[in-house]
Amino acid sequence: MLLSLCIAFPALTAILVLLLPRAQETLVRWVALTGSLVTFVATLAVLALFRTGEAGFQLVENVPWIPSLGVQWHLGVDGISLFLVLLTSLLTVLCIVGSWSSIRERIKEYHFFFLILETGLIGVFLALDLFVFYVMWEVVLVPMFFLIGVWGGPRRVYATVKFFLFTMAGSVLMLIGILYVYFHTTDPATGRYTFDLIVATQQSQFPMAIQTWLFLAFALAFAIKVPLFPFHTWLPDAHTEAPTAGSVILAGVLLKMGTYGFLRFCLPMFPDATMAFVPLISVLAIIGILYGALMAMVQKDVKRLVAYSSVAHLGFVMLGTFALNLEGLSGSLLQQINHGISTGALFFLVGVIYDRRHTRLTSDYGGIAKVMPVYATLFMIVALSSVGLPGLNGFVGEFLILLGTFAANASYAVFGTAGIILAAVYLLWMYQRVFFGEITHEENRKLKDVTLREGLTIGVLVALAIWIGVYPDPFLARMQPSLDLVLSRFHETGLSQVVIP
Amino acid sequence: MTFLSSYDLWAALPESLLALTALLLLIADGARRGQAGGVTLPGISVAGLLASAVAAMSLWGQGGTVFGGLVFDDGFASFFSILFAVIGILTILFSPHYLRVRGMRLGEYYALLLLAIFGMTVMVKAASLLVLFLGLETMSVALYVLAGLQRSDAKSAEAGMKYLVLGAFSSGFLLYGIALLYTVVGSIGYEDIALYLAAGNRLSPLLVAGIGLLLVGFAFKCAAVPFHFWSPDVYDGAPATITAFMSTGPKAAAFVALIRVFGVTLASASSLWITAITWLAILTMTVGNVVALRQTSVKRMLAYSSIAHAGYLLVGIVAGTKVAFVGMGYYLAAYALMNLGAFAVIILLNRRSDSGYALDDLKGMGFAHPVLGIAMAVFMLSLTGVPPTAGFFGKLYVFSAAIQQGHIALAIVGLLNSAVAAYYYLRVIVFLYMARPEGDPMVSQPPIYRAALIVCSLLILLVGIFPEQLLSVLTLAVP
Repeated sequence: MLLSLCIAFPALTAILVLLLPRAQETLVRWVALTGSLVTFVATLAVLALFRTGEAGFQLVENVPWIPSLGVQWHLGVDGISLFLVLLTSLLTVLCIVGSWSSIRERIKEYHFFFLILETGLIGVFLALDLFVFYVMWEVVLVPMFFLIGVWGGPRRVYATVKFFLFTMAGSVLMLIGILYVYFHTTDPATGRYTFDLIVATQQSQFPMAIQTWLFLAFALAFAIKVPLFPFHTWLPDAHTEAPTAGSVILAGVLLKMGTYGFLRFCLPMFPDATMAFVPLISVLAIIGILYGALMAMVQKDVKRLVAYSSVAHLGFVMLGTFALNLEGLSGSLLQQINHGISTGALFFLVGVIYDRRHTRLTSDYGGIAKVMPVYATLFMIVALSSVGLPGLNGFVGEFLILLGTFAANASYAVFGTAGIILAAVYLLWMYQRVFFGEITHEENRKLKDVTLREGLTIGVLVALAIWIGVYPDPFLARMQPSLDLVLSRFHETGLSQVVIP
Repeated sequence: MTFLSSYDLWAALPESLLALTALLLLIADGARRGQAGGVTLPGISVAGLLASAVAAMSLWGQGGTVFGGLVFDDGFASFFSILFAVIGILTILFSPHYLRVRGMRLGEYYALLLLAIFGMTVMVKAASLLVLFLGLETMSVALYVLAGLQRSDAKSAEAGMKYLVLGAFSSGFLLYGIALLYTVVGSIGYEDIALYLAAGNRLSPLLVAGIGLLLVGFAFKCAAVPFHFWSPDVYDGAPATITAFMSTGPKAAAFVALIRVFGVTLASASSLWITAITWLAILTMTVGNVVALRQTSVKRMLAYSSIAHAGYLLVGIVAGTKVAFVGMGYYLAAYALMNLGAFAVIILLNRRSDSGYALDDLKGMGFAHPVLGIAMAVFMLSLTGVPPTAGFFGKLYVFSAAIQQGHIALAIVGLLNSAVAAYYYLRVIVFLYMARPEGDPMVSQPPIYRAALIVCSLLILLVGIFPEQLLSVLTLAVP
């Protein structure tokens, strides 16, 4: 029941929000906040009930939904999904708080879509039925489409339509893949086709050629979402045009749907194809790391810079995943959480100055560390966490990823390390231009430092960044057994197949 | 020879009620000629349709045939009789407002609508090509008149004329095909034809030609590319309520006939026509979608979208399994709700020009009219095929049947097409919610109209989230 509650509660709150009178704006905000807080508490309960050290799915729920089709409302949480769910519910709370003053129109609809988005995201991570997964995957699309399109920046329509069409194109091919798997999966209990993910993973014994096609069908949808170079072009537009909270949730959680998809579907179901695609995906990931970093370096708009840094960071995540060893995988999974924290915080931080000055160009700032000392400090910590300074979260993730990559293929690791250096360059350079030097614009002299609400929102993320940086063990201990299970598929096939194509 | 039993007559009750209501409407209209349009005629029509639906429900098909094997008495027919009644009721709920705004006070409107529904019901019940033809012509003649009903409007007159000429032309194909089949088989009963083909008789050139002509006739009626040229103009020119009706009801009737004739009767000769229908499906969805991308009038966009949806439905015929037919039944029901709903919204928002229905008219309407906006967004998302709407589920079901039968390339083309289609459906939502309103946003919304829209959109979500009920009914009903 607990997992269903985590999925249903935001949706129920969303419906409640829709029924509230339009004029009661503060009430709408409070109801939405309460709903998201209750969801967050529910996900904390999931964390409390989670048994560390177990690899399989926990808190499993399995109720028939469309029996004639073999569709089940099958949910479960394991070390892979646990922290992604927590990240989603935490970021949603922070986003609603963060939108308190920056969203001023159509408040009801805004919160409605945000809560529906939360339902979809948690559903994606908890679904253990391919049909439920696909439905949730698509459910995420619609509220995000509206959030960017209605509350976004000047080029919001272009950005949001591009976002929708890219994702849609990828996901229809995944649907074909899902249906193909479905027709090759029989429920041992009923003898009928089933969408059950666990059964499908156990039974997936496709020949190499079929695996390759299926891998591609799934991987394209995920690669667009991640986004893996060259499918990234929607991302800078969507991130830049989205409202602050939209960018936070987009970078923080939506991109993880893709990386999560690789871990949950591609690796366990198509192990042979995965191994065959290691070189291609690793190279694309490295291109993404370097390209994202170089693009970030030349951006004039801070938000766009952060958007391109996401391309680079997600390149790291992909590199770690396709190292196919425990270090790489756990680094990659931890880095997914880290990226949600750091980049989420960066977007919030960019939102803070945007709300004050309505510009995000670095050239419009300079020297604001003098007028906004607290803001400058928070920004520094977050930027360093994103760069990968030891003692902060980014370091742990990137270090593990590089460790794993080095073990798998040393040359990939060399290129990856270059990406870290570039990250230091673009973030610190930007920091210098915005915060240090003389104040060149008179308007900037009167800038107010962060308010208590802004400080709290970002402070929570900063605290998490320090926690993971200093003591990542509680996170890794819960992740690793499940990741080991994923990897065991490779040892099995590695033994049974002497020659790996 | 005892041809008719009392059961036969009972089984024909739903159609009889429709025909009687149509006659009653003509008499009632004659009696109150010259008076302003009131609720009498729509009231009688809705009552007749309800009675017919109730009759169809309580006389739910027992399977087998009646009238000496000429007419099916199965659940599939009953299901569609009820669906047609629902389509008719919704069309009529949306009609009085439209007719009043357009100054069309024509009593025969309702009578013709009922006659068309009568023809559609006969079509889905037909167990013989001749009965099918009779139903088809009854429906078509009523539709020719309805399409051209707005005589003062050149586009409407053109629509009626075009529809008549091309409709008659395609009926000719169909009739000739029937004649050729009769020559070879010696019967026009579905069962006899199926038995003849199953017996492994040599496929004579006459038979092949007959099936080919039949296919062309059907392709015209379903508006499959390249036999679709009439439909955008007819859909665009006809009164909007009639377009809404034509794109849902008669289309569904044609597809049910296609299932019965090609999917079941001619199934054992599928090697003859499966390639042709595969290409028809690919062309139909691709051309429909690509041309719809370029439309600036919502009405015309929906006309092309309707062509594209016919393409998706043809995939079900290619798959040719029971699962596929269940999927098509579900799809047709879902499509009826979403397309009628979408037309109902644009009828309301049509305020600038007489037949413009420009996309621009929708600007900013979403927030100005929340109920209309949400309903339209649901219809568009369902037409796109985004879960958890009924449109998604229908598409999924039809395409999964195709994948099961190994038509994976066809399924890929179809689903990529629906990604293309997402663009023009989304554009409607973009105009509704992401553009600043222009001009006076006032549109009158009669309460009953609004209620019908809410019911349509809720049903789409409900049937989409909980499809099991509808699926199990259809699974039992499909031939």
